[in-house]
Amino acid sequence: MAARGCGGVWRRALQRGPGGSCSASRPRRAVACNARGGAVPVGQSGLAPWVPVVGLEIHAQITSNSKLFSGSQVQFAAPPNSLVSFFDASLPGTLPVLNRRCVEAAVMTGLALNCTINKKSLFDRKHYFYADLPAGYQITQQRVPIAVNGSLSYSLCIDNKMSQMVTKTVRIKQIQLEQDSGKSLHDDARSQTLVDLNRAGVGLMEVVMEPDMCCGEEAAAAVRELQLILQTLGSSQAIMAEGQLRVDANVSVHHPGEPYGVRTEVKNINSIRFLTKAVDYEIQRQIKELENGGTVVNETRAFDSKLGCTVPMRDKEGKQDYRFMPEPNLPPLILYDAKSLPANVNHQQVVNIDWIHERLPDLPSVKRAKLVELYGILPEHSFTLVNEDGLMEFFEDVVKRTQMKPKKVIGWILSDLLSHLKQHSLTANESPISSFLLADLLNLLENGDISSSAAKQVFEELWKGEGKTPLEIVKEKQLELIQDQEELEQICQAVIDEREKEGDRRQTRVAAALEASGLGALPSALLSCSCGGLWR
Amino acid sequence: MTPRNRFRWRVMRVLALCRWLRGGTVRALRLGAAAASSAPPSQDSVTVEVLDHLERLALVDFRDAEGVERLREAVRFAERLREVNTEGIEPLDSVLEDRCLYLREDDVTEGNCTAELLKNAREKVEEYFVAPPGNIPLPELEERDTFLKGS
Repeated sequence: MAARGCGGVWRRALQRGPGGSCSASRPRRAVACNARGGAVPVGQSGLAPWVPVVGLEIHAQITSNSKLFSGSQVQFAAPPNSLVSFFDASLPGTLPVLNRRCVEAAVMTGLALNCTINKKSLFDRKHYFYADLPAGYQITQQRVPIAVNGSLSYSLCIDNKMSQMVTKTVRIKQIQLEQDSGKSLHDDARSQTLVDLNRAGVGLMEVVMEPDMCCGEEAAAAVRELQLILQTLGSSQAIMAEGQLRVDANVSVHHPGEPYGVRTEVKNINSIRFLTKAVDYEIQRQIKELENGGTVVNETRAFDSKLGCTVPMRDKEGKQDYRFMPEPNLPPLILYDAKSLPANVNHQQVVNIDWIHERLPDLPSVKRAKLVELYGILPEHSFTLVNEDGLMEFFEDVVKRTQMKPKKVIGWILSDLLSHLKQHSLTANESPISSFLLADLLNLLENGDISSSAAKQVFEELWKGEGKTPLEIVKEKQLELIQDQEELEQICQAVIDEREKEGDRRQTRVAAALEASGLGALPSALLSCSCGGLWR
Repeated sequence: MTPRNRFRWRVMRVLALCRWLRGGTVRALRLGAAAASSAPPSQDSVTVEVLDHLERLALVDFRDAEGVERLREAVRFAERLREVNTEGIEPLDSVLEDRCLYLREDDVTEGNCTAELLKNAREKVEEYFVAPPGNIPLPELEERDTFLKGS
């Protein structure tokens, strides 16, 4: 579902704040954030407006068979510590060996986000102690990452009606390759932590965005677009629920013209919806804190999805000094393009940026533009088609099999089908009505065999998934439009007689009579019927 | 060593030196007037705050004055590098910088050795490693029993 722009959010926040113990005892002062990202004071006058600033750090797990620096398998949900090599467990005498597929995934992502790919990038060590980081450091790329200075364009609706979309851009500071850590399961009852290293060493792409966003909706829209891009490229499946896409939000507020305020980092955000809530809550919390004369502490907070608020994270050791140092076991990573490619070289040892660039698939923005051009649908429609899993393919399937114009088909897909899917939390691939069946139904409608309200009835029947075809349902429920002229005249006459008897011209009677005769609405044949007297 | 071998050895040394001078890993060495002196730096950068910070970060224990003095010596020794003028020169952080970074194919070749890995663990619960509950940060200087408090 497309994100709505900031215009409406803050006003609604006045009526419906986060629930539970996090609600303030005094009314919250709301701030409206208009589509251009500026702040607009709302509520009590005389107070300076607040400008929220949101920056995101996104970790995307690379889709590969093996890990970034070792040959152990990458798999979700396997027996604990079964996908761990000696290097992942940081046993002495082991060394990192870079996985070529991870490099290609990072280059693809960098190119898709309009970044400059650094032909020479370096690896560093970031030191900190934690049970799920057996080496005591993480190999990352802090000084010279693999890609820098890109941009991500995303679309938002600036009102609720989805009729006006605005495109915004967020700058990408850098993309770097780094190792994932293992997983810790906290057992508070026995005061211990259980450590599973299956995830330790899996390749991650960290995408660092500049703080160009101003509210939860924008952050959510940007992340959704990034998710679509990664899934299209295949570099990451980016499923937030499985931890393949992790988002940390940096939030601060300040008055216009003043320097940026102190920021807090919000973690533990497990879905795009929660991202919106977490960011908006944190902005409100900071504004409230500052207006009450307090200060915002530079800390890390966790989002509690049940309470809908952020809480300070336990286990905080103050500002961390990561003591970055170059990774001594890895030489610089050199990438080539068509011009710099050396002549006699083992192709397996070479990553060619131009070769990858030529093979990039159509990105979501390109897909949307093509849909608009090919089918003549509105940009907002193509946005939804690409945004919902499998919906675009479904739509194109139906269009292929039906004579109905795409502009009319889109109405059925977006209002009827999508609303039903959403109600039952299904994706287009899980729809009980297949694209074949829907196409059949739309053909019946297009040929004039049934009326549109009858079609809606058939749709409801099809949704039950009992295996009947549209034609069967139409026959069963006698929903066919009556084409026979004589039969129509008989019905009209009956209605006229009914009216003359009662002396009542109310349309409801007419409608009831029509209903009783099995006509859902006025078929076109009726209009040419000779009982014109009825319609005086 | 025979005179011939000594000669050969000397030639090799000179050749090696020339290679070293010509090679890309050599940095312009212009020793300043104050050559390799053992004069201590004007300010002592190894303060109690720095020592406390290091103990907290790296979880080392300087234990006594000798440990701290050893650190001071090491810092003094490394400080001498500052005498070399390295303006406009890229820092060397690995002698591997001219080597080719080997790229591995994306195949699964390791793993599946749970029992072996857990053999070294002192405590385990159903194939999980057991660790204390979260990080226990080092207590503040005042609360620690360390000789640093006296300095």
